[in-house]
Amino acid sequence: MPRFGGARWTPVAWLVWAAPVWAQAEATTPPGWFNTDRVNALVLLVVFCAALLLYIRSAARGKSTYIRPLPGLEAVEDGVGRATEMGRPVLFIPGTGDVDMAETLAGLAVLGRIAGITARYDTPLMVPCLYPMPLAAADEVVRQAYTDAGKPEAFKSDMVRYMAGESFGFSAAVNGWMMRERPATNIFLGEFTAESLLLAETGNAAGAIQIAGTARPEQLPFFIAACDYTLLGEELYAASAYLSKEPKYLGSLKAQDLFKVILTVAILTGALAVTFGASWAPVFQGWFEAS
Amino acid sequence: MRGPLPLAVAFLAGMFMIVSFFSPHPAVEKASGDFLNWVSIVSGFSILLGVVSIAQNNLAKVKRRQKEWPYAVVLLVALAVMLAGGVLEGTDSGTVYDALFQNVQAPMMTTMFSMLAFFIASAAYRAFRARTLQATLLLGTAVIVMLGRIPVGQAIYDGLPDLANWIMAVPNTAVQRGIIIGAALGGAATALRIVLGLERTYMGRG
Repeated sequence: MPRFGGARWTPVAWLVWAAPVWAQAEATTPPGWFNTDRVNALVLLVVFCAALLLYIRSAARGKSTYIRPLPGLEAVEDGVGRATEMGRPVLFIPGTGDVDMAETLAGLAVLGRIAGITARYDTPLMVPCLYPMPLAAADEVVRQAYTDAGKPEAFKSDMVRYMAGESFGFSAAVNGWMMRERPATNIFLGEFTAESLLLAETGNAAGAIQIAGTARPEQLPFFIAACDYTLLGEELYAASAYLSKEPKYLGSLKAQDLFKVILTVAILTGALAVTFGASWAPVFQGWFEAS
Repeated sequence: MRGPLPLAVAFLAGMFMIVSFFSPHPAVEKASGDFLNWVSIVSGFSILLGVVSIAQNNLAKVKRRQKEWPYAVVLLVALAVMLAGGVLEGTDSGTVYDALFQNVQAPMMTTMFSMLAFFIASAAYRAFRARTLQATLLLGTAVIVMLGRIPVGQAIYDGLPDLANWIMAVPNTAVQRGIIIGAALGGAATALRIVLGLERTYMGRG
């Protein structure tokens, strides 16, 4: 039996000594490694990942995937062709968000396809950027597209430009450029904020065919009003799949569709359960609550 | 950006941020906070890329005496003055940097923003031309919502504000939520493809 200050450790003494230590330890014990309030999010993430990988594998094995026609993307090649015939440039803006936004990355993915087409047709391309990190990424994407098209010499370092680090300064610079150079086709794909209408209306005044897409619902009406074609929300993310037809993109579209079905069923079930006062409605609602 | 290293960095960083979402452990929270600080630091350094790009393009424009080259001179002088002012004197109130920001840059930004009012009017005019059934429905809905938001709307018909509120709260919100859910799934799929190394176009690879 251990000794403490000359006294023997009896079970009672042990408890007297340990109780405050235990209480302090309880108070200072760090939270666990897993937030159990987020089990629902983890389950959805795992199911989504599994669906994504399964559908990509299935698409890679050659299973055909139907994508409904997206007129905005059908018009891309025509738009570049128009610019070529008119001897005018194509303007592509990968949004005004930084590179940590999924919309910017979706825009950059489409930029690669469009740069490939402009390289094939020898059409001038202009890519203004608001932030330096999308600038670096866009530069790499366009350079690689020109190399892949077998025309690395046609790539010019001033094709991808940094315009301004502030939204309205950027709009002023791009609008001025649009009015001077009169691009035949403007493509706005990515995250846009208040500058969306400034850009789209100026492009309209300059006589360009305009294709726009963003996931921000508050900017979509402006693009719909001012542009010829608009990709709504998820269509922006589908653009890359639509243009490339690669299995990894087609598979992920199927996974998104599966989840849309799951969420639609869940919303309808929840709405009906709450409407008819089902006893399990609160539990069901809890499954989808964020914490 | 060649080789497996960028993909490995994207995978590890992405997986760590996913783990940090599910773990409340202080060690994980601290590490994820550090990660986000690194993002800010890298972003700060990347501004240099932007400055180099803008300086190169405008210097070339001046050298070749391209169309409207004097504007490029104005830009380069402004860039140099703001940079020198900020570095030598700081950005506090009363400095050259602050004076230029408050008296030149801010009014110019405000001017650009105010132009939105005119652009909204011209875009709305085109969108509301009742050429098709959809455009006519849009026009009718817009008239109800606009009139419902102003006192004269209530004077015309008492129920107009309630009708406008219902349009905004029910059909409009339902459609917006539909778009948001679709976009969120698209964003999640894009993020997962990047983390898993399936999406490489942002690195210039197919």
